[in-house]
Amino acid sequence: MKTINMIVNGRPVSQTVADNRLLVDFLRSDLQLTGTHVGCDTSQCGACVVHVDGKAVKSCTMFAVEADGSEVTSIEGIAEPDGTLSPVQQAFQDYHGLQCGFCTPGMVMSATALLAAHPTPSETEIREYLEGNICRCTGYHNIIKAVLAASGQDVSALPAE
Amino acid sequence: MYAFDIEMPTRLEQVIEALKDDENQVLAGGQTLIPTLKARLAVPGKLISLSRIEQLKQIAIDDNSVRIGACTTHASVATGVTNFPALAALAGQIGDPAVRNRGTIGGSLANNDPSACYPAAALACGATIVTDRREIDADNYFQGMFETALEEGELITELRFSVPLQASYQKFAQPASRFALVGVFVARYADGVRVAVTGASEEGVFRWGEAEQALNGDFSVASLDGLSLSAEGMLSDVHGSAAYRAHLVKVMTQRAVADIT
Ligand SMILES: Cc1cc2nc3c(=O)[nH]c(=O)nc-3n(C[C@H](O)[C@H](O)[C@H](O)COP(=O)(O)OP(=O)(O)OC[C@H]3O[C@@H](n4cnc5c(N)ncnc54)[C@H](O)[C@@H]3O)c2cc1C
Ligand code: FES
Ligand code: FES
Repeated sequence: MKTINMIVNGRPVSQTVADNRLLVDFLRSDLQLTGTHVGCDTSQCGACVVHVDGKAVKSCTMFAVEADGSEVTSIEGIAEPDGTLSPVQQAFQDYHGLQCGFCTPGMVMSATALLAAHPTPSETEIREYLEGNICRCTGYHNIIKAVLAASGQDVSALPAE
Repeated sequence: MYAFDIEMPTRLEQVIEALKDDENQVLAGGQTLIPTLKARLAVPGKLISLSRIEQLKQIAIDDNSVRIGACTTHASVATGVTNFPALAALAGQIGDPAVRNRGTIGGSLANNDPSACYPAAALACGATIVTDRREIDADNYFQGMFETALEEGELITELRFSVPLQASYQKFAQPASRFALVGVFVARYADGVRVAVTGASEEGVFRWGEAEQALNGDFSVASLDGLSLSAEGMLSDVHGSAAYRAHLVKVMTQRAVADIT
């Protein structure tokens, strides 16, 4: 067991966890932040993506103790404190970037990391960046549209599929 | 997962000391090891994390060489190795962004997955694998699928590459895993061309000698036209037969040469 300290969604937390506790289980079970999903548990699907010190990581494939001292942002920390959706979240709603919504937390976290690094990515860059996020419902097209729109770019150029 | 402790040392000497106990195992990015632990395929006494050892995350560049700390992530190699674009590009194509933010070059070379990308670069460049106890030539390092020259408890600390005059890595990605179905790294040095192939052989990464010979005579796509690789000993699975992989090796080699001529 180790006591770990981190800033999660802007709030300091301190907890004692088993050494082999995965970051995703720490977030979901210990902190009750169940917005981060587990789709595969084998680092394939990206449903569990969160940011650790600003970088997108798969929280099912990182130990909580390795995030000791870090700033962690999960999907619960993306909207404004008053509930106003972030540009990426709003665009997912506007462009129907989700159906069942299971993959959405990971998609939003990956897309948010992409736009922080590349504010105006091309369609190809968006598709490449989201390669590790799997969606069983949407066929991806509206997700790409949403990310393009969130970056302030014209989505009418994308073929309607 | 079985229960185990994780040590988080801050100094390299502490890591080396901890690894003297052969129950202990080193944890780098965890992108391969954590899934293995979940499947209960590994039972470490303790995991010794490299994440606090800053010394292992440095990239040192000069005119014609680069030294990369073993715990440098794929993402850092992709942006930080500015004098060797083919290696940076290889790192930038591994898996997906989240995998690249955690996975490390040392972890990849220690694991020596038969479909991993870095082994092709290391072998094609004749890289030096530096450990806590010696320096190993890439030509002697790779010893078959998941097999390397590393001894029990031996730690990779650094990778040294001399930068080729020209180089290209061409990867035919297996779309589900994003590993290489076949990947070919062509490196051209003043004293000759080296061609290393990953993803194809049951023996893991290998040098394609005939292609090297042909390219040493005439560095052109056409010089490879007459060559063919036997399907014997090639990997075969639902994603590609042995014959298909053997064919892809030639196609990827030609694409790599075309990329730099
Ligand atoms: C979805 C996905 C896609 C991927 N796609 C690709 C791809 O396209 N190409 C590719 O090449 N790889 C790919 N990988 C593998 C990835 O590159 C891993 O990061 C890498 O193989 C292991 O590095 P790691 O730092 O995560 O090591 P870990 O998982 O921490 O360790 C792996 C093994 O190496 C040992 N080890 C680690 N560091 C050292 C060291 N310094 N000295 C001695 N032993 C050490 C560990 O004890 C362990 O046995 C992919 C992985 C995933 C999950
Ligand atoms: S649950 Fe982590 S990648 Fe699928
Ligand atoms: S919306 Fe259902 S998995 Fe993506």
